Amino acid sequence: MTESSEYCIETLDLNLWYGSFQALKHINARIRRGRITSLIGPSGCGKTTLLRCFNRVNERYGNVRTTGDVRVLGQNLYDPQVSLVELRKAVGLVFQRPNPLPISIYENVVFGLRIHRDRSELKRARLDQAVEEALRSVDLWDSLKDRLRDRATGLQLEQQQKLCIARLLPLKPEVILMDEPCSALDTDATRGVEELMVSLAGRYALVVVTHNMAQARRVSDECIFMLMGELVEHSRTEDLFVNPKDPRTAEYIEGRYG
Amino acid sequence: MFEITAHVRKKQRVEQGVKFLFLGMTLLMILPLLLIVGHLVYKAWPVLSMDFLLTNPIRGMRAGGIWAPLLGTLYLVIISLAVSAPVGVMAAIYLNEYAQDNGFTRVVNLAVVNLAGVPSIVHALFGLGAFVLFAGMGRSILAAALTLAVMTLPVIIASTKEALSAVPRSFREACWNVGASRWQTIRHIVLPNSISGILTGVILQVSRAAGETAPVMFTGAVFYKAIKEGDLFAYGLMDQCMALSMHLFTIATQVPGVPESLPYATAVVLLGVVLTVNATAIGLRVWLRSRKKW
Repeated sequence: MTESSEYCIETLDLNLWYGSFQALKHINARIRRGRITSLIGPSGCGKTTLLRCFNRVNERYGNVRTTGDVRVLGQNLYDPQVSLVELRKAVGLVFQRPNPLPISIYENVVFGLRIHRDRSELKRARLDQAVEEALRSVDLWDSLKDRLRDRATGLQLEQQQKLCIARLLPLKPEVILMDEPCSALDTDATRGVEELMVSLAGRYALVVVTHNMAQARRVSDECIFMLMGELVEHSRTEDLFVNPKDPRTAEYIEGRYG
Repeated sequence: MFEITAHVRKKQRVEQGVKFLFLGMTLLMILPLLLIVGHLVYKAWPVLSMDFLLTNPIRGMRAGGIWAPLLGTLYLVIISLAVSAPVGVMAAIYLNEYAQDNGFTRVVNLAVVNLAGVPSIVHALFGLGAFVLFAGMGRSILAAALTLAVMTLPVIIASTKEALSAVPRSFREACWNVGASRWQTIRHIVLPNSISGILTGVILQVSRAAGETAPVMFTGAVFYKAIKEGDLFAYGLMDQCMALSMHLFTIATQVPGVPESLPYATAVVLLGVVLTVNATAIGLRVWLRSRKKW
């Protein structure tokens, strides 16, 4: 483990096939710690697939084959001793549609703790503290502190999505992956979630898949542009949008295709 | 502009006709049910009483009540479901939550679907061969209950799988992504959200187990057997017993000189048992549904 490295995720010549279709081709990417990195590109370019490689959740979707390495915190995820359970504590994923569990707000936040700790370790005070910390981090504590026992599925979409982010925090993740986290939200909610993303950066590395180029530009420190399963360009956001090096990137950000 | 043309008028007429046809079919379905139930209760009325439920048949089943067959049916149903419900639910959980989609799973699923469609008389013969003769249980409550269990098992598996797969995938994804194991996902999220469907499926099999004649006739139900009245433990596991469905068949067709009201009353009780159970299932479903919101 090279804990001191400035990169939290590195892929080395990563290839991935769904059946006979190659969805990722020779991807070499390095994601910086504590930064927000956007994955952009037209539909079907492989950005969601790449995102899902970072916590190996792809494998749950059947018939997937990969070659190459994905290193998270220096550890190759395909080493046989890697526990997916431990991996997913360190690398959480936020979905396109908010998916709070059909239990109370409180139980949603402590769900991860309950799953990973013995019951004897889970003293009431500790759980309460975890809930308050997590909800404060996502700026929901003030609005929800009096209704923690309510069903999470009854919240507004923005609150649901923030809750889904809060659900990852008690596990002390290193990386939070987000798969189009705002595409189901209206503009106000999107602004709320974007502000949250910026406030979480630093403590966590965020990798965000987005269709929305303006969003990538607003929130991310770095951008990775993908096309047809290939990584075309990876640079600082302002460089990528102002001075794209690759003509394909230039055409995409100009809106010639996509 | 936009006036009603001849063509539109024709479409409207067809629309009306089709609607009334379908409505008619719906009524056609409900009406006989009401008539049958009404007719049964009307004919049975003279003998229906608590005494009828709690006394044995007497005088060659030409008088008395239905205590022995009623208790026999309760034994058969409870024991058979005590076996088939846990086995079926666990098998369904395996098939729906754990099994990979491979040749083996597909064969098992196909077998389940086909077994659910096997006529009860075939199950009866299977029970006779497997439990009564091969396993040496003889004709007994145990053998009959196990036969009913085999009969209800595939349907319970199918209905449970249905209930499990109705739980949205997004809940499972949320669980995987905080590192929950399959069992944790099932226990914390999938089961609590599918329990109403699972229970409904199981309970509906009660009425099937109570109503079938052939499987119990071959494996453990007898023509006549008097038991101690009012004693809920009057039967032993290896005893033979009477059963409502078979009793109804016997007094309606095999015994001469039975007063007309007796078979009707027996039918009403059988129907009552089935309807009570079904109503419970619906009630339970509504209650459990009201507690989940998604």
